[in-house]
Amino acid sequence: MLEYLKQPWPWYVSGPLIGLTIPLLLILGNKSLGISSSLKHICAACFSGKIPFLNYDWKHESWNLIFAFGIIMGGYIGANLLTNPSNIDLSDATVAVLKQNNISDFSGYMPKEIFNWESLLTLKGFIIIVVGGFMVGFGTRYANGCTSGHSIMGIANLQWPSLVATICFFIGGLFITHFVLPIILKL
Amino acid sequence: MLNTIKYIILGTMFGLVLTKTEAISWFRMQEMFRFQSFHMYGIIGSAILTGMISLQLIKRLHIKTITGKSITMEAKQFNKGTIIGGLIFGMGWALTGACPGPIFAQIGAGASVAIVLLLSAIAGTWVYSFLKPKLPH
Repeated sequence: MLEYLKQPWPWYVSGPLIGLTIPLLLILGNKSLGISSSLKHICAACFSGKIPFLNYDWKHESWNLIFAFGIIMGGYIGANLLTNPSNIDLSDATVAVLKQNNISDFSGYMPKEIFNWESLLTLKGFIIIVVGGFMVGFGTRYANGCTSGHSIMGIANLQWPSLVATICFFIGGLFITHFVLPIILKL
Repeated sequence: MLNTIKYIILGTMFGLVLTKTEAISWFRMQEMFRFQSFHMYGIIGSAILTGMISLQLIKRLHIKTITGKSITMEAKQFNKGTIIGGLIFGMGWALTGACPGPIFAQIGAGASVAIVLLLSAIAGTWVYSFLKPKLPH
């Protein structure tokens, strides 16, 4: 059993489990799935200043921060107690194209050449981690949701703005992947 | 206290699933944006389908919360931010290979530099909040 759980979980197991988070949150607490809100609550709790958008009773939404803390724990368990015995089984085509773009280490969840502390001081690492992270936080709040709140919860709840948002997520992602990332990875 | 335990357990399950199915992997996002694997599409698609069926059951059977309250869901509003913000997030998603959920899971998984990713995302949210009155909506 444990050996089985350590293998990567196939999409037809993980997808429905992620989807079931929606009714569980609703039935157990009348809460709607959405994770990017936690970033806003952190801002409201720590640096609200005189910004109207951040002056609300964030403690009322603290469930979202507790949920996010749970995700950290889940990540710890998944990576340390149920460690996948082998590298990610990526498609050969992806490995080939990334090798052409200066990525050689395919162990772990992200390329170690980029995601390390020293790399933050390089232009490549700074753009991918700091600028990219900034865009994730700025964009999700501007769009009022991320992959969980719009693409999963919103579309499942038949909200057409969420479908529009998801299409825009993909347009942005495709543009970067195909036109910008090849340049950045070769810096 | 009970509430805290409840949401920690649900969050832990969520993070565990994201991690074990490799949805926190930068490589998997590259595969997705290059249309070279069905994996991520299968995850997102089956999650939406499961959520959709669950929500239909909740609505049609008038299922209530465990404390007997009516279940409510906010409608998502459309404005220019849906498009502009959506494009900006999509670009950040492809660069970092992470959306907000996976950033938290990556920190737990031991990728310490993901803390910088989280701090950058918090900074982005703060700058949006600051500029909100001046941005097109």
